[in-house]
Amino acid sequence: MDKIKVTMTVNKKTVETEIEPYARLLDVLRDNFGFTGVKEGCGIGECGACTIIMNGKKVNSCMILAAQAQGSEILTIEGVENADGTMHPVQEAFLEKGAVQCGFCTPGMVISSYHLLNKNPEPTDLEIKEAISGNLCRCTGYKQIISAVHMAADNMKK
Amino acid sequence: MGSNIALKEDDIKGVKMAAKISIPVLRIDAREKAGGWTHYIADYEFDNLQHGRFLRSERARAKIIEIRKPDFPEGYYYIDASDIPPGGKNNIQMIKDDWRVFADGDVRYIGETIALILGPEKQIVLDLLNQIEVVYEDLVPSFTFQDALSCKGGAIHGTDNIFAEFLLNIGDVDNAFPGAVRVVEGVYETGFQEHLYMETQGIVATWEDEKITLYASSQCPFYIRKSVAGTLGVPLGDIRVKQAATGGAFGGKEHFPDVIATPLAVAVNKIKKPVAMIFDRIEDISFTCKRHPGRISIKTGLDRDNNIVAMEIDTLVNGGAYESSTPIVLQRAIIHGLGVYRIPNARIHGRAVATNTFPSDAYRGFGAPQGLFAIEMHMSHIADEIGMPVSQFKRKHFIKTGDITITNAKMHDDVKLPGMLAKIEEMSDYSEKVKKYEDDPLRGIGLSFVNHGGGFTGNGEQAVIKGVVKMKRLEDGKAGLYVSVVEMGQGLQTALRKIASKELELDYLDIVYDNPDTDIVPDSGPTCASRSTMVVGFLVQECAKKLKIKWDEGVGAEAEHVYTHPEEFVWEQETLQGDAYPSYGWGVNVVEVELDPFTYEVKTTGVWAVWDVGVTIDETIMQGQSSGGVIQALGYASIEKCELKNGAFMQRTMADYTIPTSLDFPEVHTVFIDNPYKYGPSGAKGAGELVFDAAPPAYAEAVQNAIGKRIYEIPVTPEMIMEALR
Ligand code: FES
Ligand code: FES
Repeated sequence: MDKIKVTMTVNKKTVETEIEPYARLLDVLRDNFGFTGVKEGCGIGECGACTIIMNGKKVNSCMILAAQAQGSEILTIEGVENADGTMHPVQEAFLEKGAVQCGFCTPGMVISSYHLLNKNPEPTDLEIKEAISGNLCRCTGYKQIISAVHMAADNMKK
Repeated sequence: MGSNIALKEDDIKGVKMAAKISIPVLRIDAREKAGGWTHYIADYEFDNLQHGRFLRSERARAKIIEIRKPDFPEGYYYIDASDIPPGGKNNIQMIKDDWRVFADGDVRYIGETIALILGPEKQIVLDLLNQIEVVYEDLVPSFTFQDALSCKGGAIHGTDNIFAEFLLNIGDVDNAFPGAVRVVEGVYETGFQEHLYMETQGIVATWEDEKITLYASSQCPFYIRKSVAGTLGVPLGDIRVKQAATGGAFGGKEHFPDVIATPLAVAVNKIKKPVAMIFDRIEDISFTCKRHPGRISIKTGLDRDNNIVAMEIDTLVNGGAYESSTPIVLQRAIIHGLGVYRIPNARIHGRAVATNTFPSDAYRGFGAPQGLFAIEMHMSHIADEIGMPVSQFKRKHFIKTGDITITNAKMHDDVKLPGMLAKIEEMSDYSEKVKKYEDDPLRGIGLSFVNHGGGFTGNGEQAVIKGVVKMKRLEDGKAGLYVSVVEMGQGLQTALRKIASKELELDYLDIVYDNPDTDIVPDSGPTCASRSTMVVGFLVQECAKKLKIKWDEGVGAEAEHVYTHPEEFVWEQETLQGDAYPSYGWGVNVVEVELDPFTYEVKTTGVWAVWDVGVTIDETIMQGQSSGGVIQALGYASIEKCELKNGAFMQRTMADYTIPTSLDFPEVHTVFIDNPYKYGPSGAKGAGELVFDAAPPAYAEAVQNAIGKRIYEIPVTPEMIMEALR
C-alpha cells in the first residue's frame, strides 16, 4: 500500500510525516514524532494509557487511525507543561499528593484530569471519578489521584 | 490498651509525625513520570532493532510431531532449542531449572515457548508466525487438583505430580481432637489472579561491547543475569542486565522475565543484533504467570468454653507445568496458615501440585493471601456456628508476644492487635454496624486480621541471598548508592535515599542512585518478599553509617555492608522449624458492603485499614501502598475472575479480566501505628505485601454478613451470591 502524508499540530507545533494508511495515531505519535509519553497499555481502547486531547476532545490514541488526525490539533502529555518548562498545576498536584507510583498510567491520568478541569473547574468527587474512569491504574487505588485533582482545581482558581 | 499505640489527632487524616523519617518528601521519580519523560522499555531506541514474537504451544499437553515452516526471507530467523550454544542448557535457572527455554519434543502448557521468530519488520514476523504449522499428537492433560493428585494422563512432574510437600505441627493434634465438644470444618478456595501491571512485559537484548546486555522491565536484574548465563553456559559476568523504568510488577516481573530473556539471549548470541520482545496486552494476560489458585481445608475442634483446642489444615496450591518459585509460595501459605491466632495443637499439611496450566508464580503476598483468606473465613464460620461475635472470637485467640508459632518458635514481635482493633472500631464503627445490619438483608460488614512475615522465609536472607550494598562519596557533597533492588512504583528510590541521607545528614536529593545495572551494583538480592525497605534498607542504613565515618577521607571514600542474620533468630530449613521470619507486619481491615437485590452486584461502601509496618519511611508513599494494595486485593476478592477452559485462560483482554476502576470502590481510610523493629531502617518493617493480605477476607465476610450465608470462595461473584441465596 502506498504511504500517505499527514500533517497535524502536536503540542502547538506543526508536524508532518509519511505513514502507512492503517497506522494508528498512537504509533505515529510515538514512533514518527517521538512523543513516547503517550503509552500503550492495551492497544484496544480499554486502559486509557494512550489518552490525548484531539481537537478539544479526549480520545484514546490507540483507537484512531493517524490518517483521521490529518489537520487536527493534538495535545499529548509532553505539551501539558508550561512553556517555560515548569509544571502545570495538575502535574504539581500529582506530585504533591503522591498520585504517581509506577507512572505508567500517569500521562493518561494527567491528560484526563487536565481535560476535566478545563471544562469543569470545580468538579465533585464523583465527577472526578467519572472523568478518570477510563484510565486504569493498578498501583494507587485512585485515592491520591482524586485528591490531586481536587488540589489542582483549588490551585487553578487562585 | 490505647497507650501502647502512639496515635495523634492527625492520624485519622493519615499524617503521623511519630518518626521524623515519616515526614513526606516529593518522590524522586514523580517529576519525570508526570511529565511523560520517563523511558520505559518500549520507549528506548536502538539501531537496527529486530522484533521478536514467540511461537507458542496451542496444546496443553502434546508431543510435537513436526513443525512446518515457510521459507524465511533474508534477515528473518527461527530460533529454537537447537540454537543454544554447546555448554549451554535448555533450562531456565530459576530456583529450580525445570522450566525449558524452548519446548523440545513435547509441550506442557498452552502458551509454552516453542521458538522465537524475529526480524526487522514486525508485520513480516507476524506473517511468518501465522504460516508456521505445528503438528501435535495430543496427550491427556491434567488441570485440576483431582487430576494432578490422581496423575491423570501420567505424572507431569516426578512420579506423583507433587512439586513440594511440607508438614508443620505444634502440640498434639491427635490427642487434642477427641477432647473437643464441637468440630467445625470448611473448604476454602481462591482463584488465579493476573497482575495486570499497566506496563506489559518487555525486554530488549542487545550485543554491546562484545557482551550480551539486556534492558528489562524487571524486579530482579540479577535473576535475569543468572538465568541467561545458565542457558548460554557462560560466566555470570559475561551477561549484563540493566533495569528499565518498570511500570508496575507486583511479583509478575520477578521470575517471569527470565522466560523472555533466555530465548532473546539465545537469539542475540547467534545474530549479534538487538532484539525486542514487548508483549501486547492480550499476550500478557494470556501467557504470563498468575497467582497460585489454592484449596485449603480446615477442621477445628473447640472446647466447652469455645476455645480452639486443635486445628488441622490441608493446603493445596496449583503450580502449573513448571516449578519456578512454587515450593516457597507453598511455604508461605502454610506458615501463614494459622493467621494471627494462637492455636495450641495444630497440623498443616501442604502440597503444591503440577498441572498442564500456565506455571503459577509470585504475586504480591506470595501464598499468604490464600492461607489468610482461608483461616479468616474459617474463624468467622466458627464464630457463626457458636453464635459469638466475630471480633470477640477472633480477639480471644490473638497470638501474643512469646506465644508459639506454627514453626515452633516464639513470636518475637510486640503484637499490638488489640490496640489496632480498638483503632479500627473507632474509625469504622464496626461493632455498631454489625448490630445495625443484623436484620438488614442488604448490608454487611467484615473484619479481618493478618500478619505478613518480612524478608525471605527462615534464613534465606543469609543462606541464599547474602545481600550486599555499597556507597561512595561523590563530588559536590553527594553520595552514590549502589543496590540491586528496583523502583517499580513502590517508591523505593525515594525510601532508600531517605534512609541513606538520614545517616549521612545529607539532603535526600544528594543521594545518587540509578536504576540497577548488574555491571555496576552489587547483588543486594531481588525486589520481592517485602524485603527491599526492611532488609536492604537496613543494609543501606548500616552502610551509610560506615560511609559517614569515612566521609572525611574525601571523594571516592567507599563503604560496603553485607547481610548478617541476627543471631537470636534460628532456623532449620530441612524441617521448617524455628523463626520463620524475624518480624511481621500486622494489619486489620474493615469492609462494608451493600447488595443490589436484583442484580446481586455488591457495592462497597466503606474501607478502613490499620497497619503496623514498624515505622513508615514516608507517610505519603505508605498511604499510596495501602490504598493501592487494598484496592488490588478487593479486585481479587470480587471482580477479578480468571478461568481456565481446556488449559487456556478464558479472559484475554482488559474487558474480560476487569480490575478496579476509579468508580468501583470508595477511598481506603488508612492509619499506621508505630511499632519500631530493631533490625529495620529507622524501625521500618516490610509493608508492600501486607497491605494486600487483609481485604479479601474482610470483603467476603461483609458479603456473608449481608446475605446471611457463608462464603468459602473468592472472587465472590454475583452468580455465587445468587446461587447462595437460592
Ligand atoms: S492503549 Fe489505548 S486505551 Fe489502552
Ligand atoms: S501509577 Fe502505576 S498504574 Fe498508575
